[in-house]
Amino acid sequence: MKISISINGQSQQHDVEARTLLVQFLRENANLTGTKVGCDTSSCGACTVLVDGESVKSCTMFAAQADGASVTTIEGLMTDGKFHRVQQAFQDEHGLQCGFCTAGMVMAAVSLLEEIPDPTESDVRFGLEGNLCRCTGYHNIVKAVMTAARTK
Amino acid sequence: MIPASFDYLRVDSAEQIISGLAEYGDEAKILAGGMSLIPLMKLRLATPTVLLDAGKISDLAYIKDEGSYIALGALTRHRDLETSTLLSEHCAVLRGVAAEVGDNQVRHRGTIGGSVAHGDPASDLPAVLVALDAAFIVQGPNGTRELPAATFFNGFLETELAADELLTEIRVPKTGSSNWSYQKFNRRAQDWAIVGALAFRAPDSVRVALVNMGSVPIRARGVEQALASGSSFALAAQEAAVGTDAPDDSNASATYREHLARVLVKRALDEALI
Repeated sequence: MKISISINGQSQQHDVEARTLLVQFLRENANLTGTKVGCDTSSCGACTVLVDGESVKSCTMFAAQADGASVTTIEGLMTDGKFHRVQQAFQDEHGLQCGFCTAGMVMAAVSLLEEIPDPTESDVRFGLEGNLCRCTGYHNIVKAVMTAARTK
Repeated sequence: MIPASFDYLRVDSAEQIISGLAEYGDEAKILAGGMSLIPLMKLRLATPTVLLDAGKISDLAYIKDEGSYIALGALTRHRDLETSTLLSEHCAVLRGVAAEVGDNQVRHRGTIGGSVAHGDPASDLPAVLVALDAAFIVQGPNGTRELPAATFFNGFLETELAADELLTEIRVPKTGSSNWSYQKFNRRAQDWAIVGALAFRAPDSVRVALVNMGSVPIRARGVEQALASGSSFALAAQEAAVGTDAPDDSNASATYREHLARVLVKRALDEALI
């Protein structure tokens, strides 16, 4: 089936099988491999992207459901060669270890800060409950999101 | 994991869904937010051959004050429930429990109607709707009927919804902004409840409900009756597991769940201060 979708600001048309998951579509049709497949069961959040500005788990959504929507992936966060403030804060605060969960963490954090611009540490911890870091590096991830919130 | 093949049909109205269900029968499933259905399809526990995607029917997503009750469109997302000022004022317990469903990503997609129609006894919202004595508006080929939440859930993933019917609206009574407590016990933050206990004060009585203590969401009637006759919270909570049929699985034995029900009901009563 044909879908029309905006990915990182670019309108695209694709022909996909109905059962194509959004994450597969992004990685294999749109060649954007920054978004990772982790658990593939909507638990870990590694596949988190923004659909119309809100975080979703792209392993639990069909590409067809994103027809007409605007999708932002980790590749779409930089502007004019500069990191998004959340990316910059993850670098500054060492908010990653192996890096596998990072794209999903960053996208979840971007969505969280849209909804709660001045979060408490508890808001951040609850707000990222859908994202797992198997290095258990949560402390610096939370610090990074708090730093990003202060960077307006 | 990739689901089995299916035909995908975008539908624009409740009427189109009803006619789709009439045409394809139980080969078809309605896709709302997909937070329960898509994982089942990926695991191939569900293999519908036709998906009717209701996700873009915007006139089934609303929260309205209807005077004596609040009307919720079936496609209202958990995110819209948890941020609703109307619910904060008139049904704070529903707003609060909606904020406990899954995680942010799940609440951005999942809908109240999807959760109800799925009928999972481990889900949070069905229990609060049973405790509220909510009503479900169901549309089918022969018109509309209103079903009480109390008798809607028949068993694990089984409800009163017929194969050719669509849940369109949920009606909840106004219980105000009064205290409530939902004690959700799980191992990982965003997991389903191993056991959940809900307590709040409705205008006429204290309501207590349990999540994942049987094949359907249930009212803890024994606790409610003990409180009505003046028992202390501690004594009333001892009645929590009476008449339940707790599942026995890799998360917990039935006996442990019964213990949890008593402990969590006590905590819920204490926190809600009712």
